[in-house]
Amino acid sequence: MNLKTFRIGGVHPPENKLSAGVPIEAAALPKRAFIHLGQHLGAPAKPVVQKGDKVRVGTLIGTGEGFISAAVHSSVSGTVFAIDAVVDASGYKRPAVIIDVEGDEWEPAIDRSLELKKEITLDKKAIVDRLKEAGIVGLGGATFPAHVKYMVPEGKKVDTLIINAVECEPYLTSDHRVMLERADEVLVGTRILMTALGVERAVIGIEANKPDAIEILSRKAQDHPGITVQALKVQYPQGAEKQLIKAILNREVPSGKLPLDVGCVVNNVGTAVAVYEAVQKNKPLFERVVTLTGKKIPKKANFLVRVGTPITQLIDACGGAPEGTAKFINGGPMMGKAMVNTDIPVTKGTSGVILVDESEAKRNAPGDCIRCAKCVAACPMGLEPYLIEKQAEYALWEDAEKEDAADCMECGCCQFTCPAARPLLDNIRLAKATVMRIRRERSKK
Amino acid sequence: MSNTIVSLSPHAKGPLSTEKVMWGVVIALLPSFAFSAYFFGIRAIVVTLVATIACILTEFVIQKYLMRTTVTAFDGSAAITGILLAFNVPSSIPIWQMVLGAVFAIAIGKMVFGGLGRNPFNPALLGRAFMLASFPVDMTTWPIPVKTQWLWEMGKKVDGTTAATPLGFFKEGIKMGGSMGDLVAQRPELYDYFNLFIGNVGGCIGEVSSFAILLGGIYLLYKKIITWHIPVFYLGGLALITGIFWWMEPAKYADPLFHLFAGGAMLGAWFMATDMVTSPMTVKGQILFAVCGGLLCGLIRLFGAFPEGCSYSILIMNAFVPLIDKYIKPTRFGKEVNYG
Repeated sequence: MNLKTFRIGGVHPPENKLSAGVPIEAAALPKRAFIHLGQHLGAPAKPVVQKGDKVRVGTLIGTGEGFISAAVHSSVSGTVFAIDAVVDASGYKRPAVIIDVEGDEWEPAIDRSLELKKEITLDKKAIVDRLKEAGIVGLGGATFPAHVKYMVPEGKKVDTLIINAVECEPYLTSDHRVMLERADEVLVGTRILMTALGVERAVIGIEANKPDAIEILSRKAQDHPGITVQALKVQYPQGAEKQLIKAILNREVPSGKLPLDVGCVVNNVGTAVAVYEAVQKNKPLFERVVTLTGKKIPKKANFLVRVGTPITQLIDACGGAPEGTAKFINGGPMMGKAMVNTDIPVTKGTSGVILVDESEAKRNAPGDCIRCAKCVAACPMGLEPYLIEKQAEYALWEDAEKEDAADCMECGCCQFTCPAARPLLDNIRLAKATVMRIRRERSKK
Repeated sequence: MSNTIVSLSPHAKGPLSTEKVMWGVVIALLPSFAFSAYFFGIRAIVVTLVATIACILTEFVIQKYLMRTTVTAFDGSAAITGILLAFNVPSSIPIWQMVLGAVFAIAIGKMVFGGLGRNPFNPALLGRAFMLASFPVDMTTWPIPVKTQWLWEMGKKVDGTTAATPLGFFKEGIKMGGSMGDLVAQRPELYDYFNLFIGNVGGCIGEVSSFAILLGGIYLLYKKIITWHIPVFYLGGLALITGIFWWMEPAKYADPLFHLFAGGAMLGAWFMATDMVTSPMTVKGQILFAVCGGLLCGLIRLFGAFPEGCSYSILIMNAFVPLIDKYIKPTRFGKEVNYG
């Protein structure tokens, strides 16, 4: 098999895809759902319900505010208990609609039949509008509002749609299961997105550690002209947007630019299914597949979870956190966030929850840099992490800007590979944030 | 939930640690150690152990009593310096000189700059340069390989304890006006590739056996402690310069294969030039560093005052590392734009 990959940097952490063989199962409805209004990149949605309002599954509860924003829908039926600040995965309190669940009554407009609807009847504009109405965001983790990606500005030419089915983060298997169990929806969703973009070509990129998904999608893609499947080398961060474009099309997104600038749009494979449901079944985005895993937890699962379900409930459904669990990661082990507690609700961006045992949860004590150059070799952006770390330590922000600290995508390869356990990424984040702030201030003048 | 750890990503840790890197290098040096013990007898073992212990102790004392900082003397880096320093001296070196060299290597070569990761020069090579300048006679008196000489034979003087190293013999011979052909006829065993490869020639403790060094080098590559660039380009640079002169005047210059296997080039290329602390951070920089080092080594061997130039070539290139790192940057993603 011809495996493509990106050219510079990357690491190969232990894959630990413990839940890859577990079929998707619907999680129980929560008693009370906490639905954040800011589940996406950009401005949070504005609530359109009030305390005491009755809502159904799929009822609009927040409208997108501004250009980059997304609508939020209720994932449960019941009564709005409050609109209040709730801690999210980043540890901050953010506004959320809290709903007391009563039954499971769906909006009648939603087509709940399991029949595959292959025919695409909507045109370009209608599809983009539908994505906006349905609150579709990128389900890979960045939660970028999908409709924005498909409003291609005048003068930009797009020729390829890339479906990101890499799932390069260790442990996570939600995309893998979606591909196995909902391959037809993935392909129809991809075709809808191709229509929205007006392109003839779509490539589904899958890492070679999912041969079953590659096989099933390659086989079924034969019925969908224009869609091909590309097997990719198992190398983190293969699923990072810029790296994926480089691997598949050998195009390099310039620093500070978007995939659009090199003629492509990238969407996650789970998003393709959400797009299918939004366009063909009139179903807004209010549930997603979440991997619940960990080396010690007795039951590993891939849950279909309603947004707003507290994570504790998923852990309990797997037999509870085992003795000695010291870290709860929201997302993958390379880029996910360690949560302050497990009452945090699932959002559109929650791809998985990993329970880490205390033997692996602590960082090693940092030692002196031995200049082994492994961070430089591992950086997929071609930066020099050791140097930016030092510059951050000594507050040399202008030097850090010259060393392109702002190009860091925080993939964590440098810190993962560092034998001296230096807090490289911590310091680079500081440098990146400061450089961005300085740039903003400069542009204001 | 009270003992939940909240930290920034990444939450996964790579397989390497500083200790694993350092002790990995020590393991990679074991084949050379075994071969040197076979060829130079128990004295090679004693000298190596003395240097290693002296280095570790020096670092320990400086960290604990002078710097009053965390003691990391046992992380393996001081042990590497000790072993490499011992590998760069003749096995007949007086023990007190060895100890002095080891103390110098750690105290002046490493700790005055602040310790691990901060020294500009390879401490072992600095120690060797110090010993060569201070004890020129003892540092250039080479015992011939004696096969195994065991502990109970230590007191015995072995007949004909001094011998020329291959590099030294041919350099002197050429200087006296001899031609390569005559010199090889005179001492064919010194120009025997098999002897050179296995290590059955005079020389420093750890440098003689290219075979053993290559075994260690392969281990380092396998463990991903080093990359292939520096050794390959260093030896390539050396082969290039010696090859050019050999091609022009084969009667006056030895062939490049001889230069690769004779003297300290193998040890230097695999274990000294690859020293992480004192080599560049980017692959492009490492290639420049290694090629220049190899060329310098060849030039010193062919035209310098000493028959061997490996250690000086690396020390000189060490001095250029900050400059190389400042000006040679890795290829940034998205800077040299390719629109496909």
